[in-house]
Amino acid sequence: MSEYESSKYMLGRIQRAPENFLSPSQIVDVQSGRRDFLRGAFTSALAATGAGAALASASTSPAFKGDPNILTLPEHSKGLGQPVAAVGYGSPSKWEKNLQRRESPGLTRVSGASVSFAPLQGFFGIITPNGLHFERHHQGWWDIDPSQHRFMINGLVKNPKVYTMDDLMRLPSVSRMHFIECGANTAMEWGNVAVPTVQYSHGMLSCCEFTGVPLSVLMEDCGYDKVKGKYLLAEGADGSSMTRTIAMERALDDCIVAYAMNGEMLRPENGYPLRLVVPGIQGVSWVKWLRRIEVGDQPYATKDEVLHYVDLMPDGMLRQYTGIQECKSVITTPSGGQTLLDKGFYNVSGLAWSGRGKIKRVDVSFDGGKNWKTARLESPIQSKCLTRFNIGWNWDGGETVLQSRAIDDTGYVQPKINQLRAVRGTRSIYHNNAIQSWKVAPTGEVANVQVY
Amino acid sequence: MMRSLLLVFAAVAMPAIAQDNFPGVGRTATAAEIAAWDIDVRADFMGLPKGAGSVKTGRQVWEAKCESCHGAFGESGEVFTPIVGGTTKKDIETGRVANLARADYPQRTSLMKLAEVSTLWDYINRAMPWNAPKSLTVEEVYAVTAYILYLGDIVPVDFVMSHKNIAEVQNKLPNRNGLMVWRAMWDAKGRGDVNNVACMADCKQEMKKISTMPDHARDSHGNLAEQSRLIGPTRGVDTTKPIATTPLTGRLVTVAAASAPKAEPPREASNVAHLAKKYNCTACHATASKFVGPSYAEIAKKYAGNASAATNLMNKIKQGGSGVWGAIPMPPNAAIPEAELRQLAEWSLRGGK
Repeated sequence: MSEYESSKYMLGRIQRAPENFLSPSQIVDVQSGRRDFLRGAFTSALAATGAGAALASASTSPAFKGDPNILTLPEHSKGLGQPVAAVGYGSPSKWEKNLQRRESPGLTRVSGASVSFAPLQGFFGIITPNGLHFERHHQGWWDIDPSQHRFMINGLVKNPKVYTMDDLMRLPSVSRMHFIECGANTAMEWGNVAVPTVQYSHGMLSCCEFTGVPLSVLMEDCGYDKVKGKYLLAEGADGSSMTRTIAMERALDDCIVAYAMNGEMLRPENGYPLRLVVPGIQGVSWVKWLRRIEVGDQPYATKDEVLHYVDLMPDGMLRQYTGIQECKSVITTPSGGQTLLDKGFYNVSGLAWSGRGKIKRVDVSFDGGKNWKTARLESPIQSKCLTRFNIGWNWDGGETVLQSRAIDDTGYVQPKINQLRAVRGTRSIYHNNAIQSWKVAPTGEVANVQVY
Repeated sequence: MMRSLLLVFAAVAMPAIAQDNFPGVGRTATAAEIAAWDIDVRADFMGLPKGAGSVKTGRQVWEAKCESCHGAFGESGEVFTPIVGGTTKKDIETGRVANLARADYPQRTSLMKLAEVSTLWDYINRAMPWNAPKSLTVEEVYAVTAYILYLGDIVPVDFVMSHKNIAEVQNKLPNRNGLMVWRAMWDAKGRGDVNNVACMADCKQEMKKISTMPDHARDSHGNLAEQSRLIGPTRGVDTTKPIATTPLTGRLVTVAAASAPKAEPPREASNVAHLAKKYNCTACHATASKFVGPSYAEIAKKYAGNASAATNLMNKIKQGGSGVWGAIPMPPNAAIPEAELRQLAEWSLRGGK
């Protein structure tokens, strides 16, 4: 348990507010704005009450004068705040510490070959903050000295070359926004519901603006063999020296040898100072700490193309090179493990993406998939990039199931879990892009369920 | 924008000699540099170094450097996925591992899936052992590969594997015919194999099979109340409490904590635990049970009452070594600052507490 998870550092707790629970004398306390009323409420035997609850109840009283947060000026309105550059590199507010990358207990046994999930339940828009980008390392991560990092291109090229970071950062660059999703995202849910929140069910997903050199520029610079050079191998500089095969056609299309994410250099956990960006393709191909690309005339059948990242079919056949992350979506607010505050209006919000192109449409169901309404897509809507969708909902307090269903510009419709299982069984681990269901209970609690 | 940019580069680049496009950027790699880094071995054995290694040598390397994680017979799932098991003589004849088709078969070992022997050689060579990758000699890589295949009954006990006979070994792999390139999810213009239709009203629902998290697993991922934002339309569920059963009748509210949180709580033990994670100590050492290296509890027990233990341990962490706890070497950690070295040593001597 990290220091942030200790209840000591929880910023508050959720309470059910009973109706009319304040005594007449307590209402007078609230009305008079007596500050010790608040302290009293925290420590009194009336543990179920609190300032907000008191107001929720007292505000309907004709004698209600107002919220003490308004009537009594807070310290920050009456004193001097902190100077500029008090923190040389800014951090999120201390009130935001619940949002952390987290491991799923029991998923892996060694944290050097593991994954941490991004807290999608707390994100807005489509950009993932760099410090909350999901992690997947195969043999631990390093913070490499960029002045000593080298990038080599060899194999079927006229001129095998070595580039320093200085060299690469002098070359023409592009900046483009793309999602990255691990091929094993949502893997735990193939057989049945296994994890409680969207962080663990979909959190091997992030989206950044990446800056770097188009791989096509570097291929041309080395004079790649345009007849025989059908594939390339990307290789990392870490202990695992991760290797993945990329088809030349795809490499020339939109791959980037990237050194930056979201306006700053890559984070060490994300491959500082150099990684490959392979838009639309599962994260394992986005080789981190990229040291080498080799041009060849056939695929390389590396460990993560033969033993892992192969999809097991019901007949025992393993599918190889299943790289594309097909169209998928998920509602992030409200989502599993959360509680709605009250009946009434909610902005239901979520993310949609496709490894084959742009999101064309997202539909949302408020009755477990029987009827669907088309959600609003927020701009920008970009190829192989997260797209944010929103739709209004009035919750009447009854039990129901929320779902979202994305359609991409190839016309592909995100499938239901039973449709996926009918073709691929339940043991293929990778590429589960099923429609996600969240059950809302009359208690307000939202839970991960599978309904179709 | 990307497309037009590329067209410009393509137009400029193609007729000219490549490196003249960006004068002063990059240089030609030397033969020695390429040899140092170009270590990949392809399925057609391109890149495979000449050499040989025996099952017998492989067993020695295995016991010294592999067994602690993978088990004496490559069967262990304690740390990583098991390597050996689940294959039969029949599979070696057919080239398809029958157990992969069985939904009730409990695990999928590396040898069950392995379709290319080059994959095994390449991966051991580039990434093993776990804490000292790229440290094995060519002979040791051949030998360990041969030993794993021996454990899987694929080669005999007196086998010597080499670049000359590796193709014959390939033809005996139990799952050599069990892998297919799936172009539908490889080609940019491929089409998926699972289809849904975008029905909008009165859609078919089965609603029979409903899977949910079991109640006892409610807090399996920690208290969810501590994993969501403290303001907004929802709160994380407090999973330390029983499931609420009464419907919402009023507004849920946040009761402010009595005092604001401190930005960085000073907690010495957890800070050192953080250091142990940061410097990868936890990759090999656990608190209570032996892992790759001894547990912190074992370290504490061994040096209890030894006045110079902290200083000795600091040197050990810094310089590495082997022999005290067995043959597996502890790698040096020269980059850890002195103050943190001391913290780690003292913390280890307290049993990781």
